[in-house]
Amino acid sequence: MANLAKFRRNRFASVLVLFFALAVVSIGFSGVNKLVTPAAAKIGSEESLVDKGSALFAEGCSSCHGLNGQGTSDGPTLAGVGAASVHFQVSTGRMPMAAPGAQVMRKAPSYNEEETLALAAYVATFGPGPAIPSEEQVNEWQNASVSEGGELFRTNCAQCHNFAGSGGALTNGKYAPSLGQATPLQIYEAMITGPQSMPIFSDETLTPESKAAIIRYIQELNKSENPGGMDLGRLGPVTEGLVLWVVGLGVLIIFAVWIGARVR
Amino acid sequence: MTNKFDINNTFDPDNENQAPKVSKEVATKLPTPAKGVDHYLRRTDTDPKAAKRAERQVAAFFGASSLFTLIFVVSFFAIPRETKIAVSLIGVTSAQNIVLGTSFGLAILFIGIGAIHWAKKLMPDVEMVQERKEMKPADEVQQEALDAFRVGATESGVGQRKLIRRSLLGALALFPLPFVVMLRDLGPAPKGELRKTAWQEDLHIVTDITYEKIRPEDIPVGNLISAMPENILEIQEEEGNLNERGKSAILLVRMRPEDIKSQQGPDWDYQGIVAYSKICTHVGCPIALYEQRTHHLLCPCHQSTFDLADSGQPIFGPAARRLPQLAITVDEEGYLVARQGFQEPIGPSFWERGA
Amino acid sequence: MSNTTVNKKTPAAYNYVDSRVGFSAALKRNMRKVFPDHWSFMLGEIALYSFLILLLTGTFLTLWYKPSMTEVIYNGSYIPLKGIPMSEAYASTLEISFDVRGGMLLRQIHHWAALFFIAAMVVHLLRVFFTGAYRKPREFNWLLGIALLTLGLLAGFSGYSLPDDLLSGVGLKIASGIIQALPVVGTWALYFLFGGEFPGTEVISRLYSIHILLLPGAILALVTAHLLLVWTQKHTQYPGPGRTEKNVVGYPLLPVYTAKAGGFFFIVFGVTTLLGALVTINPIWLYGPYTPDQVTAGSQPDWYIGFLEGSLRVMPAIEFNIFNTWTFSPNVLIPALILPGLMFALMGAYPFLESWITGDKREHNLLDRPRNAPTRTALGTMSLSFYILLWIGGGNDIIATTFNLSINAITWFMRVALIAVPPLVFIATRRICLGLQRNDLDKLLHGKETGRILRLPEGGFVEVHEPVSEAELPKLLARETYPVWELPQKVDANGIKTPKYRRQLMKAKLSAWWTKGDLPIPTMKEIQSGQHHAHEALEQAHEFGVEPGKEEIVTSTNH
Repeated sequence: MANLAKFRRNRFASVLVLFFALAVVSIGFSGVNKLVTPAAAKIGSEESLVDKGSALFAEGCSSCHGLNGQGTSDGPTLAGVGAASVHFQVSTGRMPMAAPGAQVMRKAPSYNEEETLALAAYVATFGPGPAIPSEEQVNEWQNASVSEGGELFRTNCAQCHNFAGSGGALTNGKYAPSLGQATPLQIYEAMITGPQSMPIFSDETLTPESKAAIIRYIQELNKSENPGGMDLGRLGPVTEGLVLWVVGLGVLIIFAVWIGARVR
Repeated sequence: MTNKFDINNTFDPDNENQAPKVSKEVATKLPTPAKGVDHYLRRTDTDPKAAKRAERQVAAFFGASSLFTLIFVVSFFAIPRETKIAVSLIGVTSAQNIVLGTSFGLAILFIGIGAIHWAKKLMPDVEMVQERKEMKPADEVQQEALDAFRVGATESGVGQRKLIRRSLLGALALFPLPFVVMLRDLGPAPKGELRKTAWQEDLHIVTDITYEKIRPEDIPVGNLISAMPENILEIQEEEGNLNERGKSAILLVRMRPEDIKSQQGPDWDYQGIVAYSKICTHVGCPIALYEQRTHHLLCPCHQSTFDLADSGQPIFGPAARRLPQLAITVDEEGYLVARQGFQEPIGPSFWERGA
Repeated sequence: MSNTTVNKKTPAAYNYVDSRVGFSAALKRNMRKVFPDHWSFMLGEIALYSFLILLLTGTFLTLWYKPSMTEVIYNGSYIPLKGIPMSEAYASTLEISFDVRGGMLLRQIHHWAALFFIAAMVVHLLRVFFTGAYRKPREFNWLLGIALLTLGLLAGFSGYSLPDDLLSGVGLKIASGIIQALPVVGTWALYFLFGGEFPGTEVISRLYSIHILLLPGAILALVTAHLLLVWTQKHTQYPGPGRTEKNVVGYPLLPVYTAKAGGFFFIVFGVTTLLGALVTINPIWLYGPYTPDQVTAGSQPDWYIGFLEGSLRVMPAIEFNIFNTWTFSPNVLIPALILPGLMFALMGAYPFLESWITGDKREHNLLDRPRNAPTRTALGTMSLSFYILLWIGGGNDIIATTFNLSINAITWFMRVALIAVPPLVFIATRRICLGLQRNDLDKLLHGKETGRILRLPEGGFVEVHEPVSEAELPKLLARETYPVWELPQKVDANGIKTPKYRRQLMKAKLSAWWTKGDLPIPTMKEIQSGQHHAHEALEQAHEFGVEPGKEEIVTSTNH
């Protein structure tokens, strides 16, 4: 273990990690997130990934999105949504969709990570769109400032996802989901692709450093440290009031009944 | 009420001094044990062992209380402030808070439980009766009191000496005036500040928190930016408060130009990028719950909903007025700037606001 | 008790003080003062004790809290906020929470106690209302109670705002928006409260002096008056054996009541402290410092402001422009000011309205059972349903996300329900009350159902009734009816106009409405024959070998 830890700090380690990341991540690209042309995605071993994705797509997605992702009455076109969007939707289990509704819910994913990447690689060939951010880019949060992240979170995220990322209501039954289960990669992808009602926060207007800080803050929130005791879902005064009336006053009234009751 | 067994409980409104509810009077005269209604002997009354046991229980509660107080004092000094512990149902929490709180809470609670256990088990539980008097004193007493007052009032001469009475009333009426007058300096006179914001022609639009200038090509369709005027920090510094931040906050969103149904002025957008005030026109919460597909903007406070594709018109909730739009364009370097200030007051209504 | 030997010697210390203060007469009168014992009489005590807890913990909090809006850079021990600019007020609240040992506990006890204080006042008010305890001679105490509730709400809101966190700041912004909407004086009022525009740099220190000096002082004074009146008027009691309008049955101040009330103080304090230790309240460190351009989803006030939040949310968008010069905002003024004003005014006026309708000007020391005043009870539940609907409306976003509903649908439902539900509740409650009355009457006239079916020799079946117990009889008898005022003639026989005709007409109509459906009061003879009949039926049952009831009940009726 100690050796491994030492190795992690070796300067070749990062190269190795990068290599590994490149092998896993469907689209060969690094650096700042740019729109990737379908041609660029098709290099080397990517081709087999795309083929695999094509097969999976025909089987699992084409009934709604059309054989070539052109969209049908049951599902929108996927031209130009980009690999990041596919990876977000499939890895959070939102796609394939269980049932139509005001909003697609998070559930256990139907595809494993490799299949998801294959699907993403295939859909990326439909048209240019945001690519899956590199592992480096995502892991940058470990070096980011948590307090700066908090400020950015409160300015850009808290209005929908609530002060602690517990989620909140939008119009007509839609909602901003809780961030408790979201991985750093998924958070990053959500910000650059704007799934469902969520607006996009492009890398130019909310820089990768800012995104890293936001992810850092969300990780801090997800540690669920509650210095004051039970957090009541971190929903604010509504649940506090509920606890007061049901538990607090309930207990006191039970005591009052005990005090007033006759002893035999 | 001739027949005392006739309990016609219809209250007679003509008889002001009617005796209190007859039925309840009668109720007491029904066969009841003479005293100590419904009284049972407790085990602690009959069994000395039970009484002794209760005594020990009470003492145990008080003893436990002392113990917990000591635990509080010891842990106050013994547990470092930053120690964390994992507790089921709570998660990771402050060891100090939870230990201090539970020990203190139990110390207090056990005093209470002990005292009540004592009262219930060992103190006499025979109910006692006490007579009430009507609140209204006897007529003679009332008369005596009034007489005393009248004598005093007459001796003072306040009734006859009108000059004194009136001048005194005048003085007393005026005496609080200085206090009222001094309240004047609670705040400055309004000078139309509610109508003004920092926005003006050619002022750069910068992102909030990071304060970067923005190029339109960096904003994809569906993008949301919380933005500020470029000089916001200087204004804050100068004014020493956050007032301007509460007025100049705007939202920038980009939609496809063909999605824009209407705007508050001709071509106030820049290639589908529109800028609206972030301050709700209802009671002034900042709103940024933007749904990029519907272009609806929802206020988290009272759920007023505005359509940013349609001049920021309110479409749901209590807000009655549209969100003011800021006309924008780009400068020669290609950064987004305001074309002019807001053309109407931002935020909630106020009386002098007008149309 | 009787065989305890009492030491007759006057202790020297007692004599020393009494010679200078002379309190023996007062002590003699009050040491054994009788207090009736019932759990529902302790709800007000919870409020009183919470107030004491608030004074105690609040005093501690002032030792560290800094009521200043001066901007500082946080450098305390809560890492996620390090280096962030914030007001001194917020920074010092973080200091209390994370750097003062036991400070977090104090803050949380204080906040929980504040929620308890107002909640206990509300349930106490409901108890007083539904039992008719506000009737003569206690009308002033009712008014004092309503004043205390109002002050409690203000104290709560002013305290909630002091940490200057994002959530309370948004609350303060809403308050400023409401003030600003006032006709004519709005802008001036805003500038006077905030020392200029919102948020300015004054409001926290002003709220602080209101919160720690003005309001607690006023509450303390009114609580004292409230208790003094309870003391001199003596507590009300429920009807029961041996209890009349002219006596009070219960336990003496010393020892039982002292032990119970004193013990209950420690229980309330203990439970509040345990909540403070185990359950987070107002996690200001998660909300972040207030800046007027940030907001969080689920922006809510504490529960007691929830009904106002709800009324603001369900109010449709109505705003007028007068001559294009002035803006008048019913969409803010009706839900935020007129509605609560009306609610409190109606509450305050209620005892006087009721006694005007019924014409009842007598002293009442025995409480009504809610069923015996059906119209009052129905008015109470009706108002309560209105309040609860507003309350639910105030949390519609949390309800929407918890139960997968649409906030728009909930808001529309509330708009309809606020008008439709209270009248239905009124009708249903009155019917339930009358049904319960009928049940009581049945017990009086035919005895109590035992559930034992008896087969008669002729082959028929009857249910055995047993006489009502002595403990229950006074409760059943404690019902009275009020007369319906006659409809006045516009002009009398001599052609003279009836003075105050309209008022009399209204009173007559209201009293008819008030007493609608009232059951007749049985005469004692009817009751006696009914109980006797039940007794006979029971004896008959014995003859047939049916399992007898409780011996003491059977033997105690109708000698």
